Amino acid sequence: MPAAEATTPLIRKTALNALHRQMGAKMVDFNGWDMPVEYPCSGGIIAEHNAVRTGVGIFDVSHMGDIRLEGPQALDAVQHISMNDASRLAIGQAQYSAVLYPQGTFVDDVIVHRMGEQDYLLVINAGTREKDFNWVWQNTKQFDCKVTNLSDDFTQIAIQGPKSAKLLQKLTDLDLSAVKFYWFTHGTVCGLKNILTSRTGYTAEDGFEIYIPSDESTSARVWEEVLEAGKEFGAVACGLGSRNTLRLEGKLPLYGHEISDSINVWEAGLDRFCKMEKTGFIGRPALEQAKAAGLKRTLVGLEMVERGIARDGYKVLNESGREIGYVTSGSYAPFLKKNIAMAYVPMEFSAIGSSVKVEIRGQGVKAQVVPTPFYKRPKSS
Amino acid sequence: MAYPSDYKYTKEHEWIKADGGNATIGITDYAQQSLGDIVFVDLPKVGAEITVGKTLGSVESVKAVSDLYAPASGTVTEVNGALATAPEQINKDAHGSWMLKIKLSNSGDLNALLSAADYEKFVAEESGH
Repeated sequence: MPAAEATTPLIRKTALNALHRQMGAKMVDFNGWDMPVEYPCSGGIIAEHNAVRTGVGIFDVSHMGDIRLEGPQALDAVQHISMNDASRLAIGQAQYSAVLYPQGTFVDDVIVHRMGEQDYLLVINAGTREKDFNWVWQNTKQFDCKVTNLSDDFTQIAIQGPKSAKLLQKLTDLDLSAVKFYWFTHGTVCGLKNILTSRTGYTAEDGFEIYIPSDESTSARVWEEVLEAGKEFGAVACGLGSRNTLRLEGKLPLYGHEISDSINVWEAGLDRFCKMEKTGFIGRPALEQAKAAGLKRTLVGLEMVERGIARDGYKVLNESGREIGYVTSGSYAPFLKKNIAMAYVPMEFSAIGSSVKVEIRGQGVKAQVVPTPFYKRPKSS
Repeated sequence: MAYPSDYKYTKEHEWIKADGGNATIGITDYAQQSLGDIVFVDLPKVGAEITVGKTLGSVESVKAVSDLYAPASGTVTEVNGALATAPEQINKDAHGSWMLKIKLSNSGDLNALLSAADYEKFVAEESGH
């Protein structure tokens, strides 16, 4: 019907879309983006996941958004709209943070990069790009600071895994050993000058993210050069499927799952990224009240005891079968070879070792609260 | 991938091979490809009754949960227990990795199913090739 067609939203594509299809990737609609979920040529999700744990994997994460704040009051603006303390950042340093609603719940989680003396870059989620930009722009008007949406300016490629530094070192004049985790620098990568190169990622593994110009031919050339350079390390192209299982093993939150506009910072267990000694950020008064009132539910890690896989949205039950919470993310964990999940449960069920059930197709299947993160990368490298 | 001509197929991507009054059931190669890495199979117990067109269990890949539908009615006589610990066998050989054996309650059920050639045509259309 023509009327329905007219209202169908345009599906968005990254500059690497044609290349993904050419490689035979399975594509899915991810928050309005046509993205690779897995590459049969890489061996599928499990092979991609384990390549990142033991070698290196390459992801197109160009759907992520970027907001720049620059000007004399850029720091004040960032401090006002985010919960971590950006005043602690040196130039070239990044931090995990979140943008909050006045209720202390999440607009989005972000990585704040201090690019210069008065220059900050917020890297945000794909599904919340417009919402985030509008929120940041609306709530920083009072500051002498320019807010720009750079989301379409970059092709962002993540190179993740214990061999990521060896791979990327082949393609750059930067000394990557001098770039510590959650720091970044600029240098020549694949012959392109002044490329933002950060030691960050979403896989609970060592890794880098490079930000290159978003035109199709440059993006495709760099993607292919990275894959080629990675051959000797067994590098494979990785899709959103393994990105999700990797972040789940590392207990890294995903917007719309572990964090949302109805979950607050304390419930999500992100206390250490929320600096209450910092005055005047949006959400702080509500968080102070929430802390005083006490937590009613909290995010826990579950491991299935009986056979079954907990999936997003499944109910969590107590041992007698009463509904007590819900699963936010759940999957088979390819590296740990266990069925794991994250879930919100009342405080009295949050102790390690607590027994609960997950309702799977009408049946209560036994699970246990376990320590998180499920996976922690080895200290070396 | 060749679809065995002595199997019958459903539009939900199960196969069934009849042998007199008994039959063997699995999922097709197209199904395993669409699902990706299979990590879990939930099957009925021996003695359970299954009804044509109704859910009999499920198969899960890392990413997706998919219901299994009974291609015919009958009583479960055997379950492939090896799939509980090695569900990836289905990815390696979907047409050789059987899930259930049943005693058919009505062998006429199979007449309504697709032949190998018709199934192949059906998946070609479904996958847009």
